[in-house]
Amino acid sequence: MIRNKLLWKNSQHQYGVVSKALHWLSALTVFGLFGLGYWMVGLNYYSEWYQLAPHWHESIGILLFIATLLRLFWRKTAGKLEVISSHSGLERKASSVMTVILYIVLLSVMISGYLITSDKAIAVFDWFNVTPLALSIANQEDIAGAIHYYLAYGLICFAILHALAALKHHFIDKDVTLKRMTKLN
Amino acid sequence: MKNILLASALLTSSALIPAFAADYVIDTKGAHASINFEASHLGFSVLAGRFNEFSGNFSYDKDNIAASKISVTINTASFDSNHDKRDKHVRSDDFLDVSKYAQATFVSNKVTEKGAGKLEIAGDLTLHGVTKPLVIDAVKVGEGDDPWGGYRAGFSGTASIAMGDFGFKKDFGKVDLILHIEGIRQ
Repeated sequence: MIRNKLLWKNSQHQYGVVSKALHWLSALTVFGLFGLGYWMVGLNYYSEWYQLAPHWHESIGILLFIATLLRLFWRKTAGKLEVISSHSGLERKASSVMTVILYIVLLSVMISGYLITSDKAIAVFDWFNVTPLALSIANQEDIAGAIHYYLAYGLICFAILHALAALKHHFIDKDVTLKRMTKLN
Repeated sequence: MKNILLASALLTSSALIPAFAADYVIDTKGAHASINFEASHLGFSVLAGRFNEFSGNFSYDKDNIAASKISVTINTASFDSNHDKRDKHVRSDDFLDVSKYAQATFVSNKVTEKGAGKLEIAGDLTLHGVTKPLVIDAVKVGEGDDPWGGYRAGFSGTASIAMGDFGFKKDFGKVDLILHIEGIRQ
């Protein structure tokens, strides 16, 4: 009896468990943080969530930032997959451009969110504190807040496009694009 | 001869009445002035803050208080309560809406002497695009030559506004203003 060995790193045709876990955890967290952020900014001052929701949003955001740095490192070390032969030249180009956009916007959303706090340490679940960064610009929190707001919407739009493209490959082209990221090995 | 006597009598008497109150510029450059506020936090304590940027001038003559006047313009975006995220919220359209109402102004229209250095300064406060009458209870702190060749006069004052009067989206009730100004005579 041969038991399949767990694929940690990526193979040529399949993402490994670590890549998959980081990808899906990020996806879940990004949409979760977007929903939490959208909801919490409308909270009334007297809501019991008024202090807790932003605290969680910031804490999870900083943990996601750390996870994303690990993910970028893992991306370099885990090995590249082969391109799928049925993908057109345009699809290959679009896919790699979208990957770069998603990473840049994701990092920018998190950095701009971090910069909203400029004068008090950010407590990550009362587990550790992150020192804020005060830039020499007036009303940094307003500017960072506006950038964070628009980039968050941008990130969600790009993530939805990315998901629609994956679904198009799965249901219309009926190729293995999505399965490489979903199949349990 | 009669005319000369009359003329000299007029001159003498007019010399006893100060012609104009002296003009002062509020010393914001040296930060010898501050516009502070205090508001209740849930009824448990007092939250304090200030506006860091403003400018203004006043006229004052201790012998002719009624001729005094003052006008001050505040940069609303300079709101500072020592908590950036609260400041961001207060600058938003829930409160000051500073992108729309970048300035607040106070212009006096009547200054009344109340004795013992006390003054009552009545005027119009324009905040959040709404103009309301405001009375500041003020007291002169001091006046005289400074060590650097200038002449200064300084006052402290208090006033109260109701947030509800100025059409803010959020209303946390009464806000006390604590004002200190020092002017350099021009």
